[in-house]
Amino acid sequence: MSVRIKFKNILKKYGNTVVIPDLSLDIKEGEFFTLLGPSGCGKTTLLRMAAGFNSIEGGEIYFNDKLINNLSPGERNIGMVFQNYAIFPHMNVFKNVAFGLTNRKVPKQKIEEAVNKILEIVQIQEYKDRMPENLSGGQQQRVALARAIVIEPDVLLMDEPLSNLDAKLRVDMRNAIKGIQRKFGITTIYVTHDQEEAMAVSDRIAIMNKGIIQQVDVPQTIYQKPNNLFVATFIGRTNVLAAKVSKNTLILNGCEFTFGKTLPSDQTNVLLSIRPEEFFISNENKGGLKGKIEHSVFLGLNTHYFITLANGQEVEVIERSKHGTALFAPKTEVWLNIDTENINIFDKAGLRNLSLGGNV
Amino acid sequence: MIETQKKDMWKWVIYGSLILYAVFLLYPLLSLLVKSVLPGGSFGFSSFGKFFANKFYYGTVINSMLVTFSVTICTVLLAVPIAYILNTIKIKFSSTIQILILLSSVSAPFIGAYAWILLLGRSGVVTQFFKQTFNISTPDIYGFTGILVVLTLQLCPLVYMYVSGALKTVDSSLIEASESMGCTGIKKMLKIVGPLILPTILAGALLVFMRALADFGTPMLIGEGFRTIPVLIFTEFISEMGEDDSFAAAVSVMVVVFATSVFLVQKLIAKRKAYKMSSLRPMQIKEEKGIKNVLAHLFVYVYILLAILPQLYVIYTSFLKTSGKIFVKGYSLQSYAAAFSKVGDSIINTFILALSALAIIIVLAILIAYVTVRRPSALTNLLDVSTMLPYIVPGSILGIALLTAFNKPPLLLSATAIIMILSFAIRRLPYTIRSSCAILHQVSIASEEAAISLGAGQFKTFMRITLPAMLPGVLSGAVLSWLSILTELSASILLYTIATRTMTIAIYTEVLRGNYGTAAALSSILSFITVITLLIFFRLTGKKELSM
Repeated sequence: MSVRIKFKNILKKYGNTVVIPDLSLDIKEGEFFTLLGPSGCGKTTLLRMAAGFNSIEGGEIYFNDKLINNLSPGERNIGMVFQNYAIFPHMNVFKNVAFGLTNRKVPKQKIEEAVNKILEIVQIQEYKDRMPENLSGGQQQRVALARAIVIEPDVLLMDEPLSNLDAKLRVDMRNAIKGIQRKFGITTIYVTHDQEEAMAVSDRIAIMNKGIIQQVDVPQTIYQKPNNLFVATFIGRTNVLAAKVSKNTLILNGCEFTFGKTLPSDQTNVLLSIRPEEFFISNENKGGLKGKIEHSVFLGLNTHYFITLANGQEVEVIERSKHGTALFAPKTEVWLNIDTENINIFDKAGLRNLSLGGNV
Repeated sequence: MIETQKKDMWKWVIYGSLILYAVFLLYPLLSLLVKSVLPGGSFGFSSFGKFFANKFYYGTVINSMLVTFSVTICTVLLAVPIAYILNTIKIKFSSTIQILILLSSVSAPFIGAYAWILLLGRSGVVTQFFKQTFNISTPDIYGFTGILVVLTLQLCPLVYMYVSGALKTVDSSLIEASESMGCTGIKKMLKIVGPLILPTILAGALLVFMRALADFGTPMLIGEGFRTIPVLIFTEFISEMGEDDSFAAAVSVMVVVFATSVFLVQKLIAKRKAYKMSSLRPMQIKEEKGIKNVLAHLFVYVYILLAILPQLYVIYTSFLKTSGKIFVKGYSLQSYAAAFSKVGDSIINTFILALSALAIIIVLAILIAYVTVRRPSALTNLLDVSTMLPYIVPGSILGIALLTAFNKPPLLLSATAIIMILSFAIRRLPYTIRSSCAILHQVSIASEEAAISLGAGQFKTFMRITLPAMLPGVLSGAVLSWLSILTELSASILLYTIATRTMTIAIYTEVLRGNYGTAAALSSILSFITVITLLIFFRLTGKKELSM
């Protein structure tokens, strides 16, 4: 059975240090929800408050309509997956997975059925009798996952579960996690600092910084329409350039670019967030920003250019690799045009996205 | 592994240390074995037969078993909860308590015995107080009970320190995982924490077992009719009437065989139950509320009071006025004056002998640790086993072995200072070797390889790179070795002469003679030296505990 989760005016303090000042958040039933942010942003703290391992200094957490503030972790019906897996080293795989059910005094027969079924789903059936020390990181992760979901929790909580795995295994495991979560439909809160991982698994993502939620949206919106400069720079790569704006014209290093939308008229100095793929590069002067190639990186599908602009700023540009043409050599003079319809324009403090139109 | 087969200076270290161990440990133990089967000069097993024929003799085995197993069990039952409480619940003054626990363990056990006699003995203050005011007789402290109380309180800190160390390696996520699945409280301790620290509990228990088995001073003072094996060995070997070296040797051989089998069984169990754990986030110390908090505090406070009481009382009595052998009303420094004038040389002896032994220990421990960790081979394995032998061989047996082996030329060492230093060094080497090995396992070999790749020679690399990295571990082991040399009694009581008498021996003989004032003054001075040592160690390392 899955639940809605509601965080209402959450306050977290360690001594006199406020870690989360006032946070409210609604997570839908069955949703795969990710808390994403740099380390120290409060994401793990928030997760552990939901789990019951961290005290709640203010506000309320509800599972459906049930207030859980004062319930012990064992009474919340949660499944938790830890960063270091927290597999009990003195129990074999079967006993680890059965642990939660044993505590609930489920009959032995039923435990055996449930554990075997889940071991098959996470594909570690053949390691049932092994001790954890004889398992690889990925296998331990599967045990941890099986142990968390076999108790049919209302909520699945995962604290950076993939951060101890190598890059390839991380990709395999995140697909496995996503698949299993979808199969069971458990409301899931997932904490990570890896944005690609977050994009890959999440239905929705909350970007956190300094205990404050910066934006909650589906991955595509987070990437393409970030609320503020922090989100724009934290998610994906971007170039931040200072510009002046007058009506629908952007003035950048003396170059003018026309812009489809009208910005609030009181803004003259703005910051542009231009993703590497939102630049068009050419070695012929068709107008645009003049720059010089510093170096290039060929990565197969795409080619990255690092270019110094006339004012000395370095920008990164990505172009779909072409067949039959050589890369621009270092020191080549190039001109950059901008996909003005898709770039994001922020006020000079970087706090508001001006290009979102009237809904800001 | 650094492969420099030619000109490997460590080869000579391996040979050298093996020869030292062969001459000064294995040869004496073998001499003992030979002696046990040569009663009266001809081959035979009559010494063993004599032992089993008379209840007066084999009864001591039963007594020793009873004491050793009871002390081990009681110690574990007391120390594990204390370690668990201090590592999970916030206890007021816990850092002071930890230092007191350490202090309570570093005095000689027989000083505890003698303090308890002063308190609860037939004419002890507590006994007299209850008798005179309430006309109640307090439980008899002599015999088995006394030995059990004294040794349990004395040895509890060993298990405490082991278990405390192990609890710090248990990651809190394991605890949280179990709590999130509804396993809490006592159940959590039994199903999760207990099994995880079981190997450590066993290791601590083994140490306690060996100490309890080997302890000589406590049963001698407080045991009265309750004779244990070390007492038997001592009296048989030393007494003028029944002097029977072969018999003492036979008993020693049986004890060593028994101790070795216990050691091996423990190893076997501990090996099967050992888990690798890496603690990202150790368990948190939390504030408890209500009755649980009160009980936890009470438990810890009562324990530490009982553990430290003997030493406090001894220090108190050292300032009492004496008249002859009796304490009288009023305070004075008489006892100190008597101590300095009568046995002042023992203080100087202690420093000379202990420092010499310590120097040998430090040098050998560093070298042996290096070769056993960095040059694993059959030979270094043998060396490793040899260095651990003194853990198993009780002090009185080592003393007899040394006397048997070195009482004739070319190695006539008996009655010299060398034999005292030798026995201290052999007995207390394992502490420093262990801690040096432990730290060397953590020192990456890559830094040594880097130094060699940059052109430093083997010796220079060791002196400039490896040794500085090892020092903290060497130091903490050396402190343990030093403190335990200061309180060594069971071997030195057999080996000393009037010229090599140490403070601990002086205290023991003064207690036997009934000069409680002098004994108290001397043991206060000894406690003072201990405290100063610990303070210097804490200051040097910035730590607040000794890791075992």
